[in-house]
Amino acid sequence: MEGFIELPVVDHARLAARFVADAERAQWHDELLWQVRLKRDRAAAEVPEWEELRRLASAIKAHVLSHLDHYLEQFEAQARAQGLQVHWAWDAAAHNRIVHELLATRGARCVVKSKSMLTEECGLNPYLEARGIEVIDTDLGERIMQLLRQPPSHIVTPAIHLRREEVARLFHEKLGVPAHLTPEEMVRVARQALRQKFLEAEAAITGVNFAVAETGTLVVCTNEGNADLGMHLAPVHIAVMGIEKLIPRLVDLGVFLRLLARSATGQPLTVYTTHIGRPRPGQEVHVVLVDNGRSRRLGLSRFWPALKCIRCGACMNTCPVYRRSGGYSYGATVPGPIGAILMPGYDTARYQTLPYASSLCGSCREVCPVQIDIDEQLYAWRQEVGPRYVPRLKRLAMRLAARVLASPGRYRRAGRLLRWSLRRLPRRILYGPWNGWGRARELPSAPAESFLEWYRKTRASATAQR
Amino acid sequence: MTVALFVPCYIDQFYPHVARAALTLLERLGCRVEVPLDQTCCGQPLANTGFAREARPVMAHFVRVFAPYEYIVAPSGSCVFHVRHHLEADDAGAVRHVQQRTYELCQFLREVLQVERIPARFPHRVAVHDSCHGLRGLGLGRPSERMTPAYSMVRDLLRQVDGLELVEPSRPDECCGFGGTFAVEEEAVSVRMGRDRLGDFLQAGAEVVASTDMSCLMHLEGLARREQLPLRFLHVAEILAGAD
Repeated sequence: MEGFIELPVVDHARLAARFVADAERAQWHDELLWQVRLKRDRAAAEVPEWEELRRLASAIKAHVLSHLDHYLEQFEAQARAQGLQVHWAWDAAAHNRIVHELLATRGARCVVKSKSMLTEECGLNPYLEARGIEVIDTDLGERIMQLLRQPPSHIVTPAIHLRREEVARLFHEKLGVPAHLTPEEMVRVARQALRQKFLEAEAAITGVNFAVAETGTLVVCTNEGNADLGMHLAPVHIAVMGIEKLIPRLVDLGVFLRLLARSATGQPLTVYTTHIGRPRPGQEVHVVLVDNGRSRRLGLSRFWPALKCIRCGACMNTCPVYRRSGGYSYGATVPGPIGAILMPGYDTARYQTLPYASSLCGSCREVCPVQIDIDEQLYAWRQEVGPRYVPRLKRLAMRLAARVLASPGRYRRAGRLLRWSLRRLPRRILYGPWNGWGRARELPSAPAESFLEWYRKTRASATAQR
Repeated sequence: MTVALFVPCYIDQFYPHVARAALTLLERLGCRVEVPLDQTCCGQPLANTGFAREARPVMAHFVRVFAPYEYIVAPSGSCVFHVRHHLEADDAGAVRHVQQRTYELCQFLREVLQVERIPARFPHRVAVHDSCHGLRGLGLGRPSERMTPAYSMVRDLLRQVDGLELVEPSRPDECCGFGGTFAVEEEAVSVRMGRDRLGDFLQAGAEVVASTDMSCLMHLEGLARREQLPLRFLHVAEILAGAD
């Protein structure tokens, strides 16, 4: 991800303001995702040992990440032993090159792909398309975004920000079907259009939800069966995964499967949970293990826990900011609270505003199935970002505030001045354009006397006389 | 029992009546309350903006002022959360002492004083706005995300008040959108969050919104006053100390 090109800084506040400006859409988006959060609550409540599962999942991930070298080698050996071909990619460029070479040497011209955030992260689609290979996203939400030529706005529900009428219009324009189809009709249309591609495809690319080190097998969780259809029809299956997706043993999988779908969508399990092991006769299965900044992140003592993430999206659904600002306001492959702590690790300058795109309410930490302390990491990222990137004037204001607040005398005088200003200055000055607080809110009314001044006068002197 | 009253800076400056309510309440419950007059600020506004290093002198001053006390109580979940989790100063022993001995007011009433009866009357429909730092940070209640038995120290106290009727918004503990400098930096989202919260309180039939944190209420009240909504905003301490 660390390119040589300097990318523009993502201005979350500005992008969020644009999203909120469409009040009706923002409210609809908020309510829709809140309903997903409520589904998650109901599904989690049905599991008496829910909190115990979260603790366990977190501990397993911490264990794997602190013995990652061991488990990666174990996985590679086991996977090879049953006929999977294992490739290692240091970064996004290597990942794209490996996948392209696999396709090119087999003369593949058309490839079906099920949902994989890693391929988004690496920019695989444009890379392959530029080299004459057609990539068809087969997850319905992802396919919609591909037809729109836009990235997903959510990692689990990529087109969540679109209304059904917008999708109907898109299908009308791109697939030549009548406008105003019902959702059921649109699914049928998409299925028919995709079926042809499934049959044509010379290779299938999928992501990986879990890779089991002990058995050398892969686990892919989907709801639409598109990953299964792709990998079962095509002669070549390329599974791509970040190196943090490992779990030690098959018995550990149950912990994660019970958490994943409940956290993501409120389902007890995804509709399809597919284990991939020994290839069928005539089929090739390739696994590409991708680092792309992950081992560097693992070395950051404060920020490595973000690697525990199993990409359920629960933190996005619960985040009061995400629900009202939309996925695109984060300008990142992974948006929302988890994106806000992941992305600055890849490019601190570009994603400097993301740690501030939060009220630090901590709801994300509470829903996280692997107990990532997201709010604490946002706080820690702010300590990295603040002194380096916050505008100079604000930094000066912070230093000045620190000087005032470290001294009781200066604090008293500054407090008096502040309250005097609030009481005496005319409204047009107080509520001038400089006052971001006052655009939609009244300032608090300022009393003549602070509490400590009152106390000093009435109580402290009485105590002294006693 | 001697208690040092830690008065958050914005309460000192803008809401002195809240600090007076906390003082009255603690004294009525039998505490000897001392108010260190040299206290200023815990450093949270700076630290949460990413300037914990710059805030170290502020935090060091805070530790010096409060280190001599066995119990430190503040009418703010947010400031206490900062003290407990983010306080930094050279004197590690004093920092630890202050962190372990600092309580949010309601938590102190329930966990230390174990208050079971409050002699107060408040015949109004009240909705509690749980501050996120108090709820999820300090554990003043069970957050709605958590699959453990429900409890709420704030509601336990308010239920002891004569005539008070608790009403609940549809989203029990959604953030109000204050968030410190977030309120200004992310003004659009912050305002939107606040308006949604107010709408939820109104549809629940609340007359009064009560909270452990005046910072949340400063934001919500600022919006409500601008939009002339029929809601009053009170710190929990004011109700417990006998506001009417």
